[in-house]
Amino acid sequence: MTRNSRKALRIKERIIELLLSLCSSVSVLTTLGIIAVLSIESIFFFQEVSLTQLLFDTEWTPLFLDKHFGIWPLIAGTVLTSAIALALSVPAGLVIAVYVSEFAHERTRAVLKPILELLAGIPTIVYGYFALLVITPALQVIFPTMGSFNALSAGIAMGVMILPMMASLSEDAIYTVPKSLREGAYALGASKLQMIISAVLPGAVGGITAAVILSAARAVGETMIVAIAAGQQPLFHFNPLQPVETMTAYIVQVSLGDTPHGTLEYHTLFAVAMMLFLLTMILNIVSLRIRERYKRMYR
Amino acid sequence: MSSCSAFLKITTRFIVSLGILVAAATSSSAAPTSSGRILMDGSSTVFPISEAVAEEFQHANPGAGVTVGVSGTGGGFKKFLAGEIDVVNASRPIKASELEFAQKTNISFVELPIAYDALSIVVNKKNTWVDHLTVAELRKIWSPASQGKVMKWSDVRPGWPDKPLRLFGPGTDSGTFDYFTEVINGKEDASRGDYTSSEDDNVIVKGVEGDEGALGYFGAAFYEANKTRLKVVPVDDEQAENGAGPQLPTAQNVLAAKYSPLARPLFIYARTSSLEKPAVAKLVSFYLSNVKALAAEVGYIPLPDAIYTQVQNRLEKKIPGSLFDGKAAHVGVTLQQLYSEGANS
Repeated sequence: MTRNSRKALRIKERIIELLLSLCSSVSVLTTLGIIAVLSIESIFFFQEVSLTQLLFDTEWTPLFLDKHFGIWPLIAGTVLTSAIALALSVPAGLVIAVYVSEFAHERTRAVLKPILELLAGIPTIVYGYFALLVITPALQVIFPTMGSFNALSAGIAMGVMILPMMASLSEDAIYTVPKSLREGAYALGASKLQMIISAVLPGAVGGITAAVILSAARAVGETMIVAIAAGQQPLFHFNPLQPVETMTAYIVQVSLGDTPHGTLEYHTLFAVAMMLFLLTMILNIVSLRIRERYKRMYR
Repeated sequence: MSSCSAFLKITTRFIVSLGILVAAATSSSAAPTSSGRILMDGSSTVFPISEAVAEEFQHANPGAGVTVGVSGTGGGFKKFLAGEIDVVNASRPIKASELEFAQKTNISFVELPIAYDALSIVVNKKNTWVDHLTVAELRKIWSPASQGKVMKWSDVRPGWPDKPLRLFGPGTDSGTFDYFTEVINGKEDASRGDYTSSEDDNVIVKGVEGDEGALGYFGAAFYEANKTRLKVVPVDDEQAENGAGPQLPTAQNVLAAKYSPLARPLFIYARTSSLEKPAVAKLVSFYLSNVKALAAEVGYIPLPDAIYTQVQNRLEKKIPGSLFDGKAAHVGVTLQQLYSEGANS
């Protein structure tokens, strides 16, 4: 009797285990599938376009008669909009995190956190139109020569979008700083601000760096905002008042028109996606490394 | 080792179950989709006319369903030749490569010109310096060699301000793009790539409206619908026989062949096999009998009555093929000439 029930239990355990690993394998297999598809389609691209054309040309005109395949305009667009987004979201997110975790009253916190989370729940297409119809006209008051589509307003909207993520990740990092460190700082006669600057922030620097990098990865991969507000114009420059095209926006542009399968235009999609994937993967790996390294610091 | 084989087992099971799922999904979607809807797609330039016609048609025939999509003339022909849609809206005649494809896939169609368009060059309302543009100046602005070089208005004509020139135009799937590059730059698809391109002409309107240094081009209907927000530029082809001096894209100028080279015919192409369906046949003949009024209403220029009669005749007899024979709607070759030569052949 007991042996039977133990056996039944073991089988049940096995089934549950199997189900659980099945669930987790979905994400692994998806990633593997994406890598496989990107690699295969990119090979077709590189059969027709050499790597030097991709890396040593500064014009990106694969859809036109005079084709150039220099990826730099797209990378410049991506880097520029992401940098603007981070310039806004990193300082603001950090201040919010410090305020929420160290200064805010319990009641303020109870209001502030849900509002921040609400910000994270706004669909990015809404941010895109917000950038185009509100931020750009407002900025044109300050910069009259600025065009209707530009990197700056897209970057600002993206910064606001990333803000909740940056704030909550840095807050987590600040939270993990041991109490003993804070008490040590107070014991040495530090004021609250001094304690935060000299003990809490240095203690949380690993987590904060990881938060910055994850936010960067989010910004690099953002699609809708830049596709709507940044102009879809592959220009190689770093002027925030000018239109740009990011890698994601190019993918949107081409897949909206009806690009037939198997053409070079179609394969450029995958080559660009591959570059994008590599970029975000590197950012994610770096972030993971940093987090692990600093986690060990306090053990 | 054992965990590895367990993982393999799990993955194979996962793939098998995924396969079953996919099979189930495809078999359910393989059910016939002929819900009786008439499918049109293609040019964004022709869209305003087709949309107006579809609206009127559905008023007149309650229960009839017409869907009008916008994926550019090129995108439309791709779907048309794949047998996905019944009627394609086109802002240029069918290309040689598309004709070849149609022959290969055995798709027969009837070519129906519906109106003239005066492809309009627009700038921002606050632009005070542009009085007109010559074709040579347009070429200077849009040629592939100008990429990264002609970046300011002062680069276009000496004396114009040192302000950034920002360009907006249709994407490469657009028939308007094909036509414009052909007549301005001399070769289809030859254009600079550093401009904001969109298959959606409203994006171009939005872009030019909000930017003092902007210049864009699209079909006349989009200027007509946004007259108060944009400024249209007269174009001079510097050939006296087409009317000397800069010309505005007006109906008069187009019909007198003075708005050269940017006046062009617009078309719809109906699949012959779709015309067997009563609903499609009804829509297309409704289209031809109402297009004169509706084209003018949305901002295009109706064809002369004599041509409409011949187009009607083409539809009734279901004359297949294209009068343009894969060539672009060439400057100087008017529909009148083509139709007097070949309408009843």
